[in-house]
Amino acid sequence: MIPQRTATSSTLTLHVNDTAHTVTVDHRATVLDVLREQLDLTGSKKGCDHGQCGACTVLLEGRRANSCLLLAVAHDGAHLTTVEGLGDAEEPHPLQRAFEERDAFQCGYCTPGQIVSGVGMLCEAAEGHPSHATPGEVLQRSTGEPAELSRAEIRERMSGNLCRCGAYPHIVAALEDASGHVGPRSGTAHPASGPASDRDSDRDSDRDSDRDSASDAAPAR
Amino acid sequence: MAVDDTTSQDRTASRDRAGSRGRSGEPVLGSPAARREGHAKVTGAARYAAEHTPPACVYGRPVPATVPHGSVTGIDDSEAMALPGALAVLTHENAPRLGEPDDPILALLQTPQVPHRGWYVALAVAETPETAREMAQAIRVDYAEEPHDVLLRADHPGLYHPEEANGGYPADQETGDFDAEYAAAPHQFDATYTLSPLHNHPMEPHAATAVWEGGHLIAYDSSQGATLVGTTLAALFGLEPAQVTVVSEHVGGGFGSKGTPRPQAVLAAMAALHTGRAVKVVLPRRELPGVVGHRAPTIQRLRLGTRDDGTLTALGHDVLTHTASFKEFVEQAAVPSRVMYGAVGIRTGHQVVPLDVPAPSWMRAPGEAPGMYALESAMDEVATALGIDPVELRLRNIPDREPDSGKPFSSHHLADCLREGARRFGWERRDPRPGTRRDGDLLLGTGVAAATYPVYVAPSTASVQVLGDGARPGYQVRVNATDIGTGARTVLAQIAAEELGVELDAVRVDIGSSDLPAASVAGGSSGTASWGWAVHKACRELRESGGSIVTVDTATDVRSQEDYARHAFGAVFAEVAVDTVTGEVRTRRLLGVFAAGRILNARTARSQFIGGMTMGLGMALTEQSTLDARLGGFVERDLAAYHVPAHADVPDIDAHWIEEHDPHLNPVGGKGIGEIGIVGTPAALANAVHHATGTRHRTLPLTPDRVGVSGG
Repeated sequence: MIPQRTATSSTLTLHVNDTAHTVTVDHRATVLDVLREQLDLTGSKKGCDHGQCGACTVLLEGRRANSCLLLAVAHDGAHLTTVEGLGDAEEPHPLQRAFEERDAFQCGYCTPGQIVSGVGMLCEAAEGHPSHATPGEVLQRSTGEPAELSRAEIRERMSGNLCRCGAYPHIVAALEDASGHVGPRSGTAHPASGPASDRDSDRDSDRDSDRDSASDAAPAR
Repeated sequence: MAVDDTTSQDRTASRDRAGSRGRSGEPVLGSPAARREGHAKVTGAARYAAEHTPPACVYGRPVPATVPHGSVTGIDDSEAMALPGALAVLTHENAPRLGEPDDPILALLQTPQVPHRGWYVALAVAETPETAREMAQAIRVDYAEEPHDVLLRADHPGLYHPEEANGGYPADQETGDFDAEYAAAPHQFDATYTLSPLHNHPMEPHAATAVWEGGHLIAYDSSQGATLVGTTLAALFGLEPAQVTVVSEHVGGGFGSKGTPRPQAVLAAMAALHTGRAVKVVLPRRELPGVVGHRAPTIQRLRLGTRDDGTLTALGHDVLTHTASFKEFVEQAAVPSRVMYGAVGIRTGHQVVPLDVPAPSWMRAPGEAPGMYALESAMDEVATALGIDPVELRLRNIPDREPDSGKPFSSHHLADCLREGARRFGWERRDPRPGTRRDGDLLLGTGVAAATYPVYVAPSTASVQVLGDGARPGYQVRVNATDIGTGARTVLAQIAAEELGVELDAVRVDIGSSDLPAASVAGGSSGTASWGWAVHKACRELRESGGSIVTVDTATDVRSQEDYARHAFGAVFAEVAVDTVTGEVRTRRLLGVFAAGRILNARTARSQFIGGMTMGLGMALTEQSTLDARLGGFVERDLAAYHVPAHADVPDIDAHWIEEHDPHLNPVGGKGIGEIGIVGTPAALANAVHHATGTRHRTLPLTPDRVGVSGG
């Protein structure tokens, strides 16, 4: 569709959890505020509004992103997955189940961000992306094989998501439980071909083939 | 005696009634029942205060003062009000007049005075959050500045002895003759420990949504106790309590900073009254340190006099701290030294200086967390100086009665915690010499500290009603408890099910609204004891009366408690690795063993212990705040500058407990577990760093710039 614009607002479409939402957004509005205040999807939390806590984590084209740092007007046509889109009432995502089983939360406010980030993290690991905690010899091999998720790896990869209640040990356990249930994004033929940011910059020209990637990042049921 | 929750043989041995059993045959109370709101929280369905959006809801954005002290001389809102969607700018000139609040932090927009940087001087209200934010930035405020003073120092001339410290404790207290005992002691030890301010920073920022329906005020507030918020709002706005409904259904943490009403609910209610619209106010993260309370900084002098065998004859604990110019709050850091060790002469005291700083308040284990850091660091220094094992030194000094009051303890299992912790940790293999264990560039060390936290309980009311038909009745428990992450819903259901002798899923629990029977705050680790007592009493009366509904009040029961000293105890063991190149301290192991009465839910209890210990790890290693001497206010205001522990900072943490049967507590038998986890952990880690490096820092946090091991 052709976006309708004024000086201060635009009408655009966000694909959230496989549902297309056509919304008129203030140019200053973040994706997080559009989700929470316009679409009533309040599962994504606002902890700091500055990209410091991770409570607002969503999957953008299958990749983790702090939605408080995304201007909505720049994301016409984007595909987003929020915590509400990971499972459904009858069948929660395996990581959501694992969080309940491991008591991996207390107040619950960072929890949606931890879970969405965890799904994205497991997907990144399945695609072979290394982290700061990846042992040097593994980096040298650069095989693109799925990353071995030691606890140190999980902790490193999840450190963008703060939890003040101190549920970290249980969150790590939940991620270990669920680690076999999240695979690479479909269509990721050469997982080690480059860092995620390089591929994401190609997104516009490649949007059709990526259309289902957000939901693919969270399958496993 | 020491047994883990999972292997307890005598969990209900002291119960004269079998209690109810779950499907597995296990008792309901004490079982690791899953959180009732768990599904809602992991799916994003649980709604917090800012996630209720009444029709035609608009947005408020506060304006913090940009001077450290003074008064507002003029506010120009013309540019802000010209923005499309602007609705109102509330200031001290036009905001609704409030009744005199008990807590001066709630006297919002009533006078032009600016007691500190960050104090709110206006509130912008707009149709959208984006416009409200732009308005707040466009409001021009002129000030008359006055001189300011924000730094606590040991020789500050404004220091005075208050009458009371937080919690209602006498500020100064002496048992025996400290001076004489200290002077006569064969071994004298004197050191001063310094702690910076600390911030609660719950993950959910303080938020409220308020709407007036006729003369009735409805507020969704991020609070640790909606009953108190309701009565406070009623008093401020000249209403009867029945004209106010406050809902705190899900609360994203508080750690004390939501323990009493905070500005957001008052601002939202004022703006809603002023505009006639529903108003949502979310306090920005960077503004929280200025308006929701903080742990005050402390300078603590410890003087210990001992005999050759390490037994204490003299214990002096002198605390210097700050408060705000407009409100006295005294962090009661010397109070745990009235409880822990049986010296002959004990003198504890507090001095406080009013400064041009935000008002300090409760942060998880106020008093005990900083005070036990100092006392338990000092004990470690004594152990090192005398060549006595730190566990043994503590065991030798456990008193028979509470030293301060002479009262008997209702139960006291610190020794069991120390011994069980030492066994689990492998303490007996420890080489006491500091600075001798190397692993490449790393120096390794282990440390121990004791923990204590008092048992508080407050009167509450609750009701229970039989639902449905007689074949398989259900029960509805109603009590205005608050679940800030503790699992209150779940444990209250367990208490009810056990007393009623029914399965857990036969009990429905309604909490989190001031329209429910009034209850105390989720604070002071008192929630489960206070609410649980009322729920237990209601269920017992229902069972015994055979009626269909019972409402009870525990005020008389709480007042008529026997005269015991009631405290939870614990022991924390830590292992650290200190990088001799970078100075970074990494926690390798953290283990806590606690004696906190009956553990009512093994799953949520473990989470609370681990969570408290994690916050203690932050206090020890990462968290620091600074008052800006020149500009006023705090320097570390957001989560990029104020470092709460992240995943990578936190290892596996072990939390265990002693099965403790204390008949002198309350019918439920728990002592409270929300805070004791943070107590002890900072000293255990700091003592481990000393053991690793041989250097004693006497301040926290132990960041690389401080630790920076020279010479490698």
